[in-house]
Amino acid sequence: MIWLTWRQFRGSAVMTAAVVAVCAGVLALTGPGLADHYAQGLADCVADDTCDRFFDLFFDEYQLLFVLVGFVLLALPAFIGLFWGAPLITRELESGTHLLAWSQGVGRVRWLAVKLGFIGLIAVGMACVAGLVVTWWSRPLDGSAVPELAQMTPLVFGARGVVPMGYAAFAFVLGVTVGMLVRRTLPAMALTLVVFVAVQVAMPTLVRPHFMAPVTTTHELGRANMGGLHIQQGGGEVRVSVELAVPGEGGAWVLSSRLLDPSGKVVPADGQETPVSVSGTSGPCSPQGGGGGGPDACWAEINGLGYRQQAVYHPIERFWPFQWIETGIYAALTLGLTWFSFWLIRRRLS
Amino acid sequence: MTPVLQARELGKRYGRRWALRDCTLEIPKGHVTGLVGPNGAGKTTLLKLAAGQLTPSEGDLRVLGEEPESILSRVGFVAQDTPVYAGLSVGDHLTLGARLNPTWDARLAEDRIAQLGLDPRQKARRLSGGERAQLALTLGLAKRPELLILDEPVASLDPLARREFLQGLMEATAADEFGVVLSSHLVADLERVCDFLVVLVDSRVQVAGEVDELLGTHHRLTGPRRDPDRLPSNQYVVSARHTDRQSTYVIRTDEPILDPAWVVTPLTLEDLVLAYMERRPAAGRRAGLEALR
Repeated sequence: MIWLTWRQFRGSAVMTAAVVAVCAGVLALTGPGLADHYAQGLADCVADDTCDRFFDLFFDEYQLLFVLVGFVLLALPAFIGLFWGAPLITRELESGTHLLAWSQGVGRVRWLAVKLGFIGLIAVGMACVAGLVVTWWSRPLDGSAVPELAQMTPLVFGARGVVPMGYAAFAFVLGVTVGMLVRRTLPAMALTLVVFVAVQVAMPTLVRPHFMAPVTTTHELGRANMGGLHIQQGGGEVRVSVELAVPGEGGAWVLSSRLLDPSGKVVPADGQETPVSVSGTSGPCSPQGGGGGGPDACWAEINGLGYRQQAVYHPIERFWPFQWIETGIYAALTLGLTWFSFWLIRRRLS
Repeated sequence: MTPVLQARELGKRYGRRWALRDCTLEIPKGHVTGLVGPNGAGKTTLLKLAAGQLTPSEGDLRVLGEEPESILSRVGFVAQDTPVYAGLSVGDHLTLGARLNPTWDARLAEDRIAQLGLDPRQKARRLSGGERAQLALTLGLAKRPELLILDEPVASLDPLARREFLQGLMEATAADEFGVVLSSHLVADLERVCDFLVVLVDSRVQVAGEVDELLGTHHRLTGPRRDPDRLPSNQYVVSARHTDRQSTYVIRTDEPILDPAWVVTPLTLEDLVLAYMERRPAAGRRAGLEALR
């Protein structure tokens, strides 16, 4: 039965493996250079304390590749679900060949078990290799990434570590199960994609923030967390926004970042920006005041008045716990679907 | 002797729809059995159940005296439209059979392929319908089953391929002792190969028996119009047709027909099957006759 499964599957397996190998090769070739560049730059910048600037430049240089690699890795499980999972059973049902296999002394349960187990393992193995290679390759970039693409943020988190294995296993079994329910290849592929994307969106928005209670901290306003500063023409109301970033917590996933007034109450935000009761007509925040200190001086003034940032976030230390929790959840979903698919083949299919 | 197939109140349900219900049937050993019935009668479901490819929803089914799902290796099954893997070559199919079956007769398979003139390297998608069916039959035969089940194996074949297929099946059954059950909605095909016949209509077995015996005990009576109640009690009415003056009955009886008013003609197998297939609305037809008088 393994022979038959491999014989049917080897074409697409070899093709996918080739694509993954090429991608891994590109990363393997560029990875050491990237790491050297980073180490060199870091050594230089520590000497003259310009590391923030170095990080920005370094990340800017590779940002496109960084985002691209992330998306490829996020797309891999969907690809596996669509092109390996969904057609696995439907193609046999459409041509009736499952009956041929079953009539050759292979029970339905063993037939499904071998198909699911064998190809599922290949899928998980491929995702494992891809996930670890990307994690290794992007290490320097994760160290210097802008807060929006920090290592814990949803898009990056899903393309690192061990979760791609969970995604791949889930997508594959989802495709198989949907295929058994829908029984036709194209609709099964479409439905698999819709369900998989829905789960992939629901997980970081609804579930992942609650893996652990997020940390809430209060910070002075400074370079790391100050955002936009807007002073009305002719000196009037001053409005500011704070970044989704936490000072001293690189790589964190910031769920919310709000401004506290001097009494420690949250200032209700008005759209993106929050009004601050600081004079816009005189002092550091007036267009002509403060001896030309610019926005930094104004921020310092606002900070001096007692305004603070309140950040709610998951720090980077939680990266691996979150990875394992999420992989566990996907493993559980995979097991549930696997059980369901065996139930289907015993009860409904044929 | 254990019957090849024994079903008691067998049923299979898909969701709320019953594909087969209340089917009771016994097929004795040593026959080539034809299963015939209109589309949707439950033939395919019955055969899939017998081949262990479905689990019954109710009732009891024994094949060769065992649970069908526990004896997959002893029963061969050629599914409807004789499916084969389009992407695999003829040779791959033989390897597949050898790998999946505990009892595989590689010689038989290779000899048959050679005899059919098939190229082992040819992809199955390039085969003609007849060749495909022959390949599927080869896979079914080479596992050396005690019972071979074929579901409408010749339905999509042209007359020549159909004859060759049935010929191949006949030769195989002559060479080895194994039971065969095949379904078809074409009686002519079955007539050529079967010596046991089962007529299935609406999941009910209308008649089952050896072909010779069925032909010997069924008669067509033609004569002046007569009400079925006035036929002798040992004559079982299968179908009845009336015009203003004439009645035509198909009856089953073990006794000789003595009434000189009847013209007695023998039935062909096809007539016999059709008579049973028409029986469904018989009750309604009789009510109509009643109203006419």
